[in-house]
Amino acid sequence: MKTKYIQHLYRRIGFGILPTTLNKLSKRSKKEVINSLLIASKNVTPLEVDTSEIKAIFSGGMMNANKLDAETRRKIQKLSRKKQIELNVAWIERLNNSQEILREKMTLFWANHFVCEDNSITYIQQFNNTLRKHALGNFKDFVNAISKEAAMTKYLNTKQNKKQKPNENFARELMELFTLGVGHYSEEDIKESAKAFTGYSHNLQGQFVFRKRAHHEGDKTFFGKTGNFSGEDIIDIILEQKQCAKYICGKVYRFFVNDIIDENHVNVMAEVFYKDYNIETLMRYMLMADWFYDDKNIGTKIKSPIEFLVGLKTIVPTEFKNPKQLLYIQKLLGQTLLDPPNVAGWKGGRNWIDSNTIVLRLKLPSLLLNGAYISKAKEGQEDAMMDTKKELFKKKFGHRFKVETDWEYFNNQFKTVALSDLQDHVLACEINNNAKAYLSSLEKESKREYCIQLMSLPEYQMC
Amino acid sequence: MDRRKFLKQSSLASSLFFVPSFVRAFEEVASSKLGYKRLVIIQLSGGNDGLNTVIPYRNDLYYKERPTLGIAKKDIIKLNDEVGLNPSLTPLKRLYDKGYLSIINNVGYPNPIRSHFRSMDIWQTATDSNEYSQSGWVGRYLDNYGKQPYSAIEIDESLSLAMKGENINAIATQDAKTFYNLSKDPYFKNINNHQNDAHLSEHNLGYLYKSMIAANSSAKYIYETSKTVTSLQDYPNNKFGKQLKTTAQFINSGLQTKVFYTSLGGFDTHVNQQNTQKRLLGQYADGVEAFVQDLKDNDTFKDTLILTFSEFGRRVKQNASVGTDHGTANNVFIIGENLKKQGFYNNMASLSDLDDNGDLKFEIDFRTIYATVLDKWLEVDDKKVLNKSFKQLDFI
Repeated sequence: MKTKYIQHLYRRIGFGILPTTLNKLSKRSKKEVINSLLIASKNVTPLEVDTSEIKAIFSGGMMNANKLDAETRRKIQKLSRKKQIELNVAWIERLNNSQEILREKMTLFWANHFVCEDNSITYIQQFNNTLRKHALGNFKDFVNAISKEAAMTKYLNTKQNKKQKPNENFARELMELFTLGVGHYSEEDIKESAKAFTGYSHNLQGQFVFRKRAHHEGDKTFFGKTGNFSGEDIIDIILEQKQCAKYICGKVYRFFVNDIIDENHVNVMAEVFYKDYNIETLMRYMLMADWFYDDKNIGTKIKSPIEFLVGLKTIVPTEFKNPKQLLYIQKLLGQTLLDPPNVAGWKGGRNWIDSNTIVLRLKLPSLLLNGAYISKAKEGQEDAMMDTKKELFKKKFGHRFKVETDWEYFNNQFKTVALSDLQDHVLACEINNNAKAYLSSLEKESKREYCIQLMSLPEYQMC
Repeated sequence: MDRRKFLKQSSLASSLFFVPSFVRAFEEVASSKLGYKRLVIIQLSGGNDGLNTVIPYRNDLYYKERPTLGIAKKDIIKLNDEVGLNPSLTPLKRLYDKGYLSIINNVGYPNPIRSHFRSMDIWQTATDSNEYSQSGWVGRYLDNYGKQPYSAIEIDESLSLAMKGENINAIATQDAKTFYNLSKDPYFKNINNHQNDAHLSEHNLGYLYKSMIAANSSAKYIYETSKTVTSLQDYPNNKFGKQLKTTAQFINSGLQTKVFYTSLGGFDTHVNQQNTQKRLLGQYADGVEAFVQDLKDNDTFKDTLILTFSEFGRRVKQNASVGTDHGTANNVFIIGENLKKQGFYNNMASLSDLDDNGDLKFEIDFRTIYATVLDKWLEVDDKKVLNKSFKQLDFI
């Protein structure tokens, strides 16, 4: 497989690829590369932080049936907040270091599809692992699992959905955001299907509980069919609509291929997906398709903040001494994992970029990795005062982020890469002419300084 | 995104960069002569207890439902025979006495949501409670009427949903100098040194370059304009006070910004509410009084309208921990010099006619306030921003 295509593949289904790995893969065929990607992702490694303290409270004597007293509740909330930060950091760490590359990227994708948040660390961790478990599985099982997740029944009020007093929140978003897209159902469909999800709830430990007494027994009319439908039945009927396959494929396409949809490609994807709603099959089809490697799809997407951050850490391993600063950067960049803006999720694409985020994105590589310093020594001249300047910069800006960077690792990984080839590894697209002219007027002091220069370009935002 | 709309807007935006500066300067003189109206939004995050803010001290139900949380009659700052203010709001009383304050009672929306996140979303996006929007109401104002990202500024480190539009986002900055410093590395200037229109085409990379140029020019503009004035006014030494001081500096320097967004958090008072709320309302009132004085000293108060809201009020009945749980309708404060309706805009909510949850039934949809501000103050088509027509009120 051509190196250019492997790089493209890995930028989209992961966070980039290092020269050493690239070398190995370039000797294999496209089919082999994609096969081994899929095989590696057969495995599911749950993401877990230690929640034993909270679990002990749940199962210990402090618990009175299913109710918690106010003090215990506060204690759990406090612990939960701390653990949410841990889970966020662990997730970023996972994205950086996983063998199940595609599964992890898909998990990230689904987290912005089945959008959910919850204060409880146990529920949200469980939810996160449900995303991971089904990320490449069967979409029908996936939707059903999501509908029964404690965090989701809380988030979209299925818990409060009772036959005496239906709450339509989940039913509405199930169709509008999770399966069909706006405009492909009627208000009546929402009302009727909400009845089918009455009684969905959970216990304190976060397991699904079906409260039979709250469930609406009786006929519901949904998409022209009438029967005493359960929640599962409703999901069956939704998935019978071809629109569902089309809607999901459109979203997959926008995330992995291009912001602008090519109807022809999405329609073919939908044909493939509709057969059995197998997500892995869909992904294999898409990654094998020639159009996936069309020029118009390479280096033309804007990285999400997480893609930007994890990609940066892939090239130069960076450890945040204070985990809160890692969250702070996510917040400033506009995407904090586990903290979506609302159930519609992040819009993505150009919406990642505004005056604040573009300024920060351009400055962050030098700020985090190089004491805020971008070398500007003219060609032929040594950056004589570089070390002194760096010291000065570090004093001025270095206190902002306490990080430890591993440039040693970078040097090893890029040992065999010629300085002039570094660009192809760091950037996914061509540099525009003006910037190219300016860059070529500068001295390439070292691979490290050149890498920082490349990372400080708008081009580095592309993947 | 609507591609044609985007193209139209981007060509407009990029051409603005190439308008000679004297032409822009002329435009600015013209607009400032006409009175450059500004809106300052203050968000009280966490759900401020409106009933212990503006207090119906003659209503027995109030003391009945809040036996230990109700504020004693003798401590309340009386506004009239029925209603008074929380004891820490003395500075607000002074504004009230000058006719600078309009209190709109019982503001909410149909089918209220009692989750902080959701309800704040609803207030910020101005949608119905069962609708989700990825753009905020100020953001959509920018989409339609804001010329530049800095047409709206949030005095914070990151942007609220309220400030994000479909195509253009506002700017968030706590400190104009830091923002400018981040952007001013000569490296960034050099990589787009000879930009021409052809480069700023419609693809994503072009969009990034365009955003970079706009951001750098905004950062420079905000910093260089605002540094020309320093405030002589004393502000309370807390985060909110600093936000207002920065806002005043921006306004008094003549920054061409129409909307400022600030916030004060911590109002989620489930436990031992009285002291927490007293402290926060004190910060609010002290800050706002200093802010108004600062603007008056610079003759900018007459063109500034201050809108204060919270995502919901709290339950009428106190809870077991001498606090209150999430409720519904709440009061909104409008502060300005030439208010049409000074003092109380409408009557207090009924404490006997409550909903199933024991919460107030709202009377005024908050979007009618937005619509009024958009139409009568910012003088734009409110329907374009709110995507719907709302009845207007007559407080301004």
